[in-house]
Amino acid sequence: MNVRMTVATGVRVLTQLRHDLRTVGLLVLVPVLLEALVKWVYSDQDRVFQRVGVPLLGIFPLTSMFLVTSITMLRERTSGTLERLLTTPIAKFDLLAGYGLAFGTVAILQGIVVSIVSFGFLGLEVEGPIAGVVALAVLNAILGTALGLLVSAFARSEFQAVQFMPAFLLPQFLLSGLLAPREQMAGALEALSNVLPMTYAYDALTRVAAGDGFGGRLALDTAVLAGTTVLSLALGAATLRRRTP
Amino acid sequence: MTSPAIEIDSLRVVRGGKEVLPGLSIGIQAGRITGLLGPSGCGKTTLMRAIVGVQIVAGGRVTVLGLPAGTRALRSRVGYVTQAPAVYDDLTVGANLRYFAKILGAASERVAAVVETVGLTGYGDKLVSQLSGGQRARVSLATALLNEPEVLVLDEPTVGLDPVLRQELWTTFHELADRGTTLLISSHVMDEAERCDELILMREGLILAHASPADVLLQANASTVEEAFLNLVGTKERAG
Repeated sequence: MNVRMTVATGVRVLTQLRHDLRTVGLLVLVPVLLEALVKWVYSDQDRVFQRVGVPLLGIFPLTSMFLVTSITMLRERTSGTLERLLTTPIAKFDLLAGYGLAFGTVAILQGIVVSIVSFGFLGLEVEGPIAGVVALAVLNAILGTALGLLVSAFARSEFQAVQFMPAFLLPQFLLSGLLAPREQMAGALEALSNVLPMTYAYDALTRVAAGDGFGGRLALDTAVLAGTTVLSLALGAATLRRRTP
Repeated sequence: MTSPAIEIDSLRVVRGGKEVLPGLSIGIQAGRITGLLGPSGCGKTTLMRAIVGVQIVAGGRVTVLGLPAGTRALRSRVGYVTQAPAVYDDLTVGANLRYFAKILGAASERVAAVVETVGLTGYGDKLVSQLSGGQRARVSLATALLNEPEVLVLDEPTVGLDPVLRQELWTTFHELADRGTTLLISSHVMDEAERCDELILMREGLILAHASPADVLLQANASTVEEAFLNLVGTKERAG
């Protein structure tokens, strides 16, 4: 791990984003608008909004970051800059970590804005600390970045990359426990949900919302989310091939 | 006679089921400019990619500065400029170069120096996407000059450039070679041949000739490199 190269890559990606403010605007605004839409959909059922509103604060950023990063990485590949970088001293993990750093910074902005709007204007309420929700929203967005970097290694074109979103994230969303309690699912599905990261995102945010202290299951959830992020970056670096046909 | 900076032994590369390089052996002299000439699709880029270590090879050995191609230790000693400019369109010229300087471990003062070398003084704050194709190619070339590597592998670096600038770049290449840099420069334009110290003529993955420009003309009994190429192809075909 070379901090200088990682930071340089992070700064470079953020500088690229600064020249594309519309994308940054979309990244920050879309989760806010979706959260507002959920509020509106359940305007007569505040109990439902309170139940799903908090987990979605993590799931929306995870999804948008996943998409944006997988496309950005694919662009790096198709533009030839990836091959060029792979002939330089930068390590593959440092390159991916630089991306994680850049989008992680955007994730913090995204997490803070969506939380301010949800708690300040949409009437979302939690028993636990709001800072805990914001931290988990950001962690989920960074996880989305890491997963996006990982799957981008398997996409040859933008058409393939965008389809990883429904293929990879929608099943996780369906099984996360948000739509139906996991205990009521068929045994095989519950077992499958146990190995999907979004399950832990849902669980962690639900627990913070319910006012559970940081410990026991919540600590485990957070560890799984952070561990999956690092593992995805490492796997992404391992699957990134220096030599290509 | 200097020792070879790049040694290639029975290099075999297969791409998409087709044998692009069927078993190529060659040595490239240190501190000289070697021109790699041949038509599009003859395997020039594949050979260069093998030398910088990003090409999957089916067999053979590529040694650069005494180390296997693509080794970590080589990646700061070998510079590579791809045929299509490999720079970030949505960054300025300066931002691109500052990033590559950090990655290559070059001093930040080198940025201004290479901008001047490639004739882009005054363009530092321009976005690459606003530049012409030739200007983009020069930004890409500039990134490889930042850390003054011992070996420079340049894939068609002067295509589409203004003749005046092309002349200046060749002067720069010669200055680099005089300071000991080994340059391998590909081109499909035969008229660049006379600017090189050594020539490698390639066709369909095979080497037709490898000698100084004067010796190539002598061997092929020709007055221009283009004619030499045609004569050598004819000789090979009659022999084959």
